[in-house]
Amino acid sequence: MVGSTLPVVGGYLGSYATLGLLLLVGLVFFGVAFGANRLLRPARPASPEGKFATYECGLDPVGGDWAQAQIRYYVYAYLYVLFAVESVFLFPWAVIFDRPDFGMVTVVEMAVFVGVLALGILYAWRKRVLSWT
Amino acid sequence: MSDLQLPHINYAALAPMLILFGAACAGILIEAFVPRERRYPVQLGLSLAGVVAAGVAVITQAGTRTITAGGAIAVDGPTVFLQGAILALGLVALLFVGERSLEAGGPFVAQAALIAGSEPDRRQVVRPGATEVYPLMLFAIGGMELFVAANDLLTMFVALEVFSLPLYLMCALARRRRLLSQEAALKYFLLGSYSSGFFLFGIALIYGFAGRVDFAGIHAAALGSDRSNALLYGGLALLSIGLLFKAAAAPFHVWTPDVYQGAPTPVTGFMAACTKVAAFGALLRVLYVAFDRVSWDYRPVLGVVAILTMLVGAVFAVTQTDLKRLLAYSSIANAGYLLVGVLAMSKDGLSSSMFYLVAYGFTVLAAFGTLTLVRDADGEANHLSRWAGLGRRSPVFAAAFTFLLLAFAGIPLTSGFTSKFAVFAAALDDGQTWLVVAGVITSMVLAFPYLRVVVMMWLSEPAESTPTVSIPGVLTSTGLAIGVAATLVLGLVPAPLLDLSTKAAEFVR
Repeated sequence: MVGSTLPVVGGYLGSYATLGLLLLVGLVFFGVAFGANRLLRPARPASPEGKFATYECGLDPVGGDWAQAQIRYYVYAYLYVLFAVESVFLFPWAVIFDRPDFGMVTVVEMAVFVGVLALGILYAWRKRVLSWT
Repeated sequence: MSDLQLPHINYAALAPMLILFGAACAGILIEAFVPRERRYPVQLGLSLAGVVAAGVAVITQAGTRTITAGGAIAVDGPTVFLQGAILALGLVALLFVGERSLEAGGPFVAQAALIAGSEPDRRQVVRPGATEVYPLMLFAIGGMELFVAANDLLTMFVALEVFSLPLYLMCALARRRRLLSQEAALKYFLLGSYSSGFFLFGIALIYGFAGRVDFAGIHAAALGSDRSNALLYGGLALLSIGLLFKAAAAPFHVWTPDVYQGAPTPVTGFMAACTKVAAFGALLRVLYVAFDRVSWDYRPVLGVVAILTMLVGAVFAVTQTDLKRLLAYSSIANAGYLLVGVLAMSKDGLSSSMFYLVAYGFTVLAAFGTLTLVRDADGEANHLSRWAGLGRRSPVFAAAFTFLLLAFAGIPLTSGFTSKFAVFAAALDDGQTWLVVAGVITSMVLAFPYLRVVVMMWLSEPAESTPTVSIPGVLTSTGLAIGVAATLVLGLVPAPLLDLSTKAAEFVR
């Protein structure tokens, strides 16, 4: 509150004042740009053939707009996320495991944790999820 | 950082959960390395052995009253009782899941998420012998054990997910009516994740109020905190929504009929019995341990929920024509009766609710077990009209099912009567007369759909299309015998189990 008399700018929420100002400027810019465009552009509505087709680049659009995505990536992404999260858990463990009173117990606990996750990838491997067919 | 210490862990108290999770991990290894033809006996043996071993471990902990693992787990009377109940019911459910004589290779497929009717899905349907359901079941039972033992909200949330995720998958494993099964799983999953979200928001608000997530800390903060009470009430409301969803209480029940109908029948029985025990176990702990000081404020609200649940369950059960849906609505109504016991907020309320959970669990397991036996060429024939005249064709079977339906209706000499009597008596003692009145009225309404099935089975002429009752295998027969016997014994001599539940009815804080 020091050095400020405006209740909106001071205090905890005051640090958001810049963000609010930026949002306001953005809105004004958006409004002005589109408003000017609307005022200045020539308006000659016409409906030639193909104007409302999907593309206007000279090619006839072929087929539907539903495309097939390759589902096989999903399993890899999934396994990656699994091990990425696991490694996050390894960091705090790595900092404390060599302290007195921790030692072997902590190492074994982490081994169990990693082992359980390794079980998952072992299962995926045996079920031939990892082979790219 | 120097005060960082390893939490003390009482491995004996955690043994039931450790055994189950260990057996589940071993089940995954079996799935990966044992040849396909030999998996079934190995998996079934391992699952049964795991559940029995965990049961023995629970029994050895009968006198334990402790809080361990850094305050995350409380092993006390209700924990031990409910863990034992989940294991006993889980064992019976496992018998139904393991049955293979009704359908070659069992009623399950291996992969839940293959598109129904696609080429790989058709291939897995005709290729019998999937055993993925056993490790999933062990994970679910282990998660439920953890759920009723959790002593802080975060552990409770983790346990909620640990037992929910396998259940979502198991719902989609039905070999017949694949699309219906997948629809059930998807509905359960979407709504279940919403309710988990509510539960998490509740934890956040409670943490904002109490500054802690363990139940003793919340209990202390409820006496006097400088934060707004809105945080406490809002948090409790959101937590309750998450728990009441799992318990299938109205207005959070809409998933129940669809999921119960679509899921494979043995899995439905497992959900109706064990999930209910787990959900109410956690609800009891949350309400009795953490929030008992604000019980004056939440009792009217939860009382309205209880009455609504009983009404919705009873009234909609009348209109059902599918037996699985009928039992689903009956399970909703029973959640209402259980809530009456919970809201007694006394030692009697706690012990009678726990007794009710066990009694209802065995009855409902046996009821869903009998549904697996009435079959025609397309699998189970669950439509009510198909059951007309079944009493003439298979009197023994129809007599057993009649007995189970009478137990649901609460006729004396069945466990349904003693358990309802116990919860209503506890609620009356505590002055909750309005709940008891609603309970008795809805019980009378609910008796109608049960008796209609009985009348249909015995007094109608068998039609051309009346399906046959399959000869059950050893596993199903054992499961049915246990379920029917428990329903009878708990009705005739309820005293031993009531004593046990009364002795166990003391939470540690």
